[in-house]
Amino acid sequence: MMEPEKVRALLSEAFPDGEVVVEDMTGTKDHFDARIVSEAFVGKSRLEQHQLVYAALGDAMHGPIHALALKTYTPAAWAKTKG
Amino acid sequence: MDEELEKRIKETIGESGVVLFMKGSKIFPQCGFSARVVHMLKDVGADFRDVNILQDPELREGLKEYSKWPTFPQLYVDGKLVGGCDIVTDMHQSGELKSLLTKG
Repeated sequence: MMEPEKVRALLSEAFPDGEVVVEDMTGTKDHFDARIVSEAFVGKSRLEQHQLVYAALGDAMHGPIHALALKTYTPAAWAKTKG
Repeated sequence: MDEELEKRIKETIGESGVVLFMKGSKIFPQCGFSARVVHMLKDVGADFRDVNILQDPELREGLKEYSKWPTFPQLYVDGKLVGGCDIVTDMHQSGELKSLLTKG
């Protein structure tokens, strides 16, 4: 288990320019939904973008967090989703 | 990472073909996300090998590090990590999965 705030803090630290939104999906503090918009993702495949996020979370992914539904966007891609 | 383990991981992944590292087997998946990927691979008619990481804790831990990917399932095609359930789902919807797996 991990406080959603702590997950958000780890991600904000790794993506300082980014917009980070973390939700606790089940209320049990181990299934999270995260959306990150950052310049760090520019020019990277979706696989590489997610690998960056996993690296930022480090050990938290090995135990405390059981599931993480990830959405990563470059600022340009995010602007498009808002139409 | 332990050299022997890395060698074993590389051999398991292979240089060609489709390998799904999953919880359970393709006949009997033991996780909803693994089951979904099996279903999508079957849907596009892919020929794939399944590796049950629940039966091999050493491989399971080693693969997380090797792939820089902490969760399962993990789909490998021709020696390269394609992704987990989310990415495979997107590729299935866009038709990319079918073109990747039925080329040549």
